[in-house]
Amino acid sequence: MNRLTFVLRRLALTIPVLWVMTLFVFLIIHLIPGDPVRTMLGFRATPENVATARHQLGLDEPLWRQYVDWLGGLLHGDLGTDLISHAPLSELLSQRLPVTLELTVLSMLLAIVIGVPLGALAAVGNRRARSLTDGLVVLGVSIPDFWLGIMLVLLFAATLGWLPPSGYVPFSDDPAGNLRYMVLPVATLAAAEAAYILRTTRGAMEAVLGRPSMTYLRAKGISPFRMVAGHGLRNAAPTVVTVIGIQFGVLLGGAIVVETLFGLPGVGRLIVTSINQRNYPVVQAGVLAVATLFVLVSLLVDLVVAWLDPRVADGVGT
Amino acid sequence: MSVTDLPDVAPVAARPPAKRARRSLTIGLVLLGVLVLIAVLAPVLAPHDPDTVDPNRVLGSPDGSYLLGADDFGRDVLSRTIFALRVSLLVAVSSVVVATLVAVPLGLVAGYFGGWVDTLVSRPLDMILVLPALLLALSLITILGPGSTVAALAIAVIYLPILARVMRASTLVTSQQDYVLAARARGAGHLATMLRHVLPNSVGPVAVQASVLTGFALQLEAALSFLGLGTQPPTPSLGGMLAEGRDVLSLAPWLEIVPGVAIALAVLSFLLIGDGLRRSLDPEGVAS
Repeated sequence: MNRLTFVLRRLALTIPVLWVMTLFVFLIIHLIPGDPVRTMLGFRATPENVATARHQLGLDEPLWRQYVDWLGGLLHGDLGTDLISHAPLSELLSQRLPVTLELTVLSMLLAIVIGVPLGALAAVGNRRARSLTDGLVVLGVSIPDFWLGIMLVLLFAATLGWLPPSGYVPFSDDPAGNLRYMVLPVATLAAAEAAYILRTTRGAMEAVLGRPSMTYLRAKGISPFRMVAGHGLRNAAPTVVTVIGIQFGVLLGGAIVVETLFGLPGVGRLIVTSINQRNYPVVQAGVLAVATLFVLVSLLVDLVVAWLDPRVADGVGT
Repeated sequence: MSVTDLPDVAPVAARPPAKRARRSLTIGLVLLGVLVLIAVLAPVLAPHDPDTVDPNRVLGSPDGSYLLGADDFGRDVLSRTIFALRVSLLVAVSSVVVATLVAVPLGLVAGYFGGWVDTLVSRPLDMILVLPALLLALSLITILGPGSTVAALAIAVIYLPILARVMRASTLVTSQQDYVLAARARGAGHLATMLRHVLPNSVGPVAVQASVLTGFALQLEAALSFLGLGTQPPTPSLGGMLAEGRDVLSLAPWLEIVPGVAIALAVLSFLLIGDGLRRSLDPEGVAS
């Protein structure tokens, strides 16, 4: 299979996944037991209110018709309207999504910058380095991210007063201020990720360094640094990138909690608030946005892996 | 070279994994045993009623009677943590047990028969993995409403495809073993072969995965309760306690430290047990 076929096949595979997702998100509102409109508006709503809201949501139409209309709207960028503020949801998401993206991308970058070098070092290190990184990994994974966040607030905001405990300013308004607000959330979200990436890099590096090709390089007298940084990382990269892609989904989940904890106006916090307000169209749009992001990142990762390791595109596997 | 030189080489390579397996397993089991004992004996161990409000002790610092301080309603933090541990462990363990009980037969059938049976079982399960875990949990909570039962159910749904995949992969390998083929050749039926030969030799990796996932389930339940979507107040939950103490963080840091340490220790115990099981099932470290 050549590369173009692989890319096209992988792109085609994304379509059914996205379709299943829209079906799932669409059904959220229809699977709510009882009348979702009654639940949304509360028991003081008049029958007229209920009828208006039902019509507004299109719930008086047959189910298939509602799905087709909704899907048609999605394809035109129309995600529906917020039941409370009556604002178009596409507008709401275009404000919220950049915050979530900034948080998750910065966290992933920080986790990679910490995890990959430490993992590579641990792979060539002695027993002490191994047990030290083992300890770091266990700690990073056991501690719940939001609790770590609270402890960071306690230390850096409440006690030392170096950083704000919560809040947000857009990057375009005040770049320095934006980053100040982002430090603690990013550190919180990155900690467990760094532990995972460290462990994956170490494992992949150990496997690579054990290959005969590496013994040959060592016999040739290549410096340990070039062996690890050049040849080792280059060969370990596909495994590490694959795990980073899978972990991005975990990060998006973690962002929901971290945004709530630090008062960041991202999609995650929007979903949580909307669940509590029973603002179902907003929940639907938020879930769909985050899930689509996840699908696109998985796609990107698969393409990057195939580019790093052409055997994947050839269907040989590593 | 004398024969006595040889034993020096082999045991050095073979001993550490077995020793580490036993060490992880022992520490994990002891830690979990203590936590379970505390949870089970909660009514006996808790020095105060976890729900009794005492206006004179609002945000009281730790002292002789309230060992770990009091919360913003003057309730004893130690007693609330003990009772919260009960709820958290119950949700985490029950969700993974339910997921395992459904996943093992599904994975077994998919891996043993393969072909269209595999497709029929595996494809729908793969669809669950399309959504990030917490997002799926939030969607289910949107549909069914918040609460610890729904949280447990949501966690079970999230872990079901993961456990089924592990069982399927392990069954695929076991099904090709000589003893399984021999049983079939001897005339054993599919059901008997699966239950007597394939199942017992395939569940090992599932046990490893299940114990690790129980740790993560505990974290997930805490996260959901922290968001106000898991265990509902006034029932004490570790995540809920963290959310309640958040606003008075600098006044009463003990409200945030105690439940967090409890979560971390419980998660750690499950991870250690999983690690110990993995090392003892696979002493050479081949599968990892």
